[in-house]
Amino acid sequence: MNPLVLAAEEGAEHAVELAAGGAATQWAGLMLVSPFVAFLLIIWLGKNMKYKGGEFAVAAMGLNLVIATILFFQNAQGGILNDTHIFEIGRIGLFEGRDLVFELGWMVDGLSIMMYWVVAFVGLLVFIYALGYMHGDVRVTMFFASFSLFAGAMLILVGAPNLIQLIIGWEGVGLASYLLIGHYWEDLDNVRSGNKAFLTNKVADVGLILGAIFLGMGIGDFRFTHINEAAAAGEAGLQTVAVAGALLMFLGAMGKSAQFPLHIWLPDAMAGPTPVSALMHAATMVTAGVYLMARLFPVYQYMAGEAEILGGIITVRGLMVGIGAITLLAMGLLALVANDLKKVLAYSTVSQLGYMMTAVAAGGYTAGLFHLFTHAFFKALLFLGAGSVIHAVHSNNMTDMGGLRKDMPHTFRTFIIGSLALAGIIPLAGFWSKDEILATLDYEGYTFVFWVAVAGAFVTAFYMTRAIALTFFGTYKGHGHPHESPTIMTGPLWVLAVPSVIAGFLNVPGLEFGSFHNFTTWLAARVVPLGDHHPEAPDWGLAAIGLGAAVLGIALGWLVFGRDADTQEARDRLEIPVLYPLLRAKYFMDHIAWAIVGFTMGPAARAMNWVNTYILDGIVNGVGAITMALGRFVYGGVDQRGIDGFFNGVAMASDAAGSAMRKLQTGRVQQYAAGFMVGALVLVAAVAIFR
Amino acid sequence: MIVNQFLVVAAALFSLGVYGLLVRRNAVMVLLAVELMLNAVNLNLIAFESVLRTPEALGQIFAIFVITVAAAEVGIGLAIILLIFRNRRSANVDDFNLMKL
Repeated sequence: MNPLVLAAEEGAEHAVELAAGGAATQWAGLMLVSPFVAFLLIIWLGKNMKYKGGEFAVAAMGLNLVIATILFFQNAQGGILNDTHIFEIGRIGLFEGRDLVFELGWMVDGLSIMMYWVVAFVGLLVFIYALGYMHGDVRVTMFFASFSLFAGAMLILVGAPNLIQLIIGWEGVGLASYLLIGHYWEDLDNVRSGNKAFLTNKVADVGLILGAIFLGMGIGDFRFTHINEAAAAGEAGLQTVAVAGALLMFLGAMGKSAQFPLHIWLPDAMAGPTPVSALMHAATMVTAGVYLMARLFPVYQYMAGEAEILGGIITVRGLMVGIGAITLLAMGLLALVANDLKKVLAYSTVSQLGYMMTAVAAGGYTAGLFHLFTHAFFKALLFLGAGSVIHAVHSNNMTDMGGLRKDMPHTFRTFIIGSLALAGIIPLAGFWSKDEILATLDYEGYTFVFWVAVAGAFVTAFYMTRAIALTFFGTYKGHGHPHESPTIMTGPLWVLAVPSVIAGFLNVPGLEFGSFHNFTTWLAARVVPLGDHHPEAPDWGLAAIGLGAAVLGIALGWLVFGRDADTQEARDRLEIPVLYPLLRAKYFMDHIAWAIVGFTMGPAARAMNWVNTYILDGIVNGVGAITMALGRFVYGGVDQRGIDGFFNGVAMASDAAGSAMRKLQTGRVQQYAAGFMVGALVLVAAVAIFR
Repeated sequence: MIVNQFLVVAAALFSLGVYGLLVRRNAVMVLLAVELMLNAVNLNLIAFESVLRTPEALGQIFAIFVITVAAAEVGIGLAIILLIFRNRRSANVDDFNLMKL
């Protein structure tokens, strides 16, 4: 029993004790393994099964959801779990007299349980949905194998007790993302999107790996608990290491969580099948960066946050909040002009990730993670709804949709629920989590960013209204007659709609359900104090501002698009000079990225090519020529003459001796007998002489 | 008892046998020469036994074994010679170069 230091210094009445983990924490390790078992079974047996291997993926996720749910309730209701199961795999080496060991294992604490449950719950529903969505697809087995691989890598990532395992999971989800974005590789654009996602993430991963090396080497241990303890202890000697490590880690998080300016891959990642977009590029994988920030929260809170960088212009925290704020507003604006329904949701995801990042960076540990938690449900719901629409219409473009509310009632209703939750309408999930982010920004004194976030809420409501108006209202403009999706697809929509509505109540400040702890209590409880702020009661003034922005967004959106979304006039109305072309061109970020790659990578590649052709190849060819000459000498001189000569000589000597001796073999008995006699005489003589 | 005269006779007999073995061309005669050499050995065995008087009479028993083996050997040897004679119409040892590979 560890004495628990609660995150909220003010919230001392929540004093709970950390419970030693029960059997469930032992079984938690199964979650990290089962998707990989499913992956192997799918590859082995999948082709011949009814759902082409999807059964295994669903079964593994079902098992995971059972374990995660047990942990979830044990954690929220009984004692707060804080267990780490670690197995030492091997020593990496010595660094400044300390053993660096490679360990694998799994963590069971509030943060990881929350992530386990989100991955398992949303994952299971998306997998079930995918059974219907992917039916009859070209490569269903491949799809489910990659998807299971993703689930396993994601659980390894969120269960990681140290930075090394986190990197393994991190790269695993990157690989699965690459495979699934390029699922329809017959189309070159999809392959390019996959490459773009992979390479953009690689840029960020350099930061992650270097950051891990900085922190791990500087503190002498890759374990999160030790890194956080060292950060909380606040050793002055670690300051530089912590700042460098924290910034590099943030670069890694920027890539995976699609923060400006590394967001460019996420909209293109929509090339993958829609269930992939729902689970990976909305609910779970892209939140890995936010998760990393939260996992290393004490490093930012105590060591790196207030350090000034870039010659004192800005603090680390300021930089992170700034990037989050840019992301949340600028990317939300892009969703206004996108015509592809999935791209609207993709930009919305980037924008919401900006909210999370802003909150975590500003010091709102729970606020950011709570938004991650609720966002996973309603954004997965929206993506699956979009998938259902795309399934019916056979097009991603909203110009091919319209008027679907009568044809697809289930999709329409759940989509409305998801949109209201995303927009932040009371009492749906998004309202409470967005309100908490606003409260955090207000408390931490980021007034400007607070108003940016309010503007973001307005924009969110606005673009979701536009998307709904274009998709479900007006008249149908596509081909054929759209039909509602089968139950296997609408079922998960309704199941996801439930937490989208009620998940917010888990963390209403001051609200407790009997023995069921508040989200804040069980999420933020750590051995290392987090030192972030939790309000005692909802701040209804701030909530009103956020809600007002959302309602205003919906109202304005309905005024602009509600009646005639599909007409040319509605489109013309949006074409504001300067702003509209700028948004259509996505702030020219793709061009800038290309230019950077072209101007830096191009000459660098040519220089490397020159070095390769003239220096490296010269060395290699020279070595080759020397080796050949040496080889010829060894062959001709040593092997042919020396070794072969010796053996040939032995053989020839034997041959000559044999030829000479065979003449003795006359076959005449009497000559042999004479030989005997001579021999016997010689022996007798020898005995007589030498006795 | 003086053993020398027996040894001299045995040596003479053995030398006769060697002579016969090396010189005679008729296979039967060669076989007989071998018998002479064996008998020379037997004579030596008996002679030494009569001097040494071992309790088990080893020399005489050994001589009886030699005689037995010699009888068997003559039987097989004559059979071989007979078969070769049938095949080659000759009992001349110089014609028998079958032991050459």
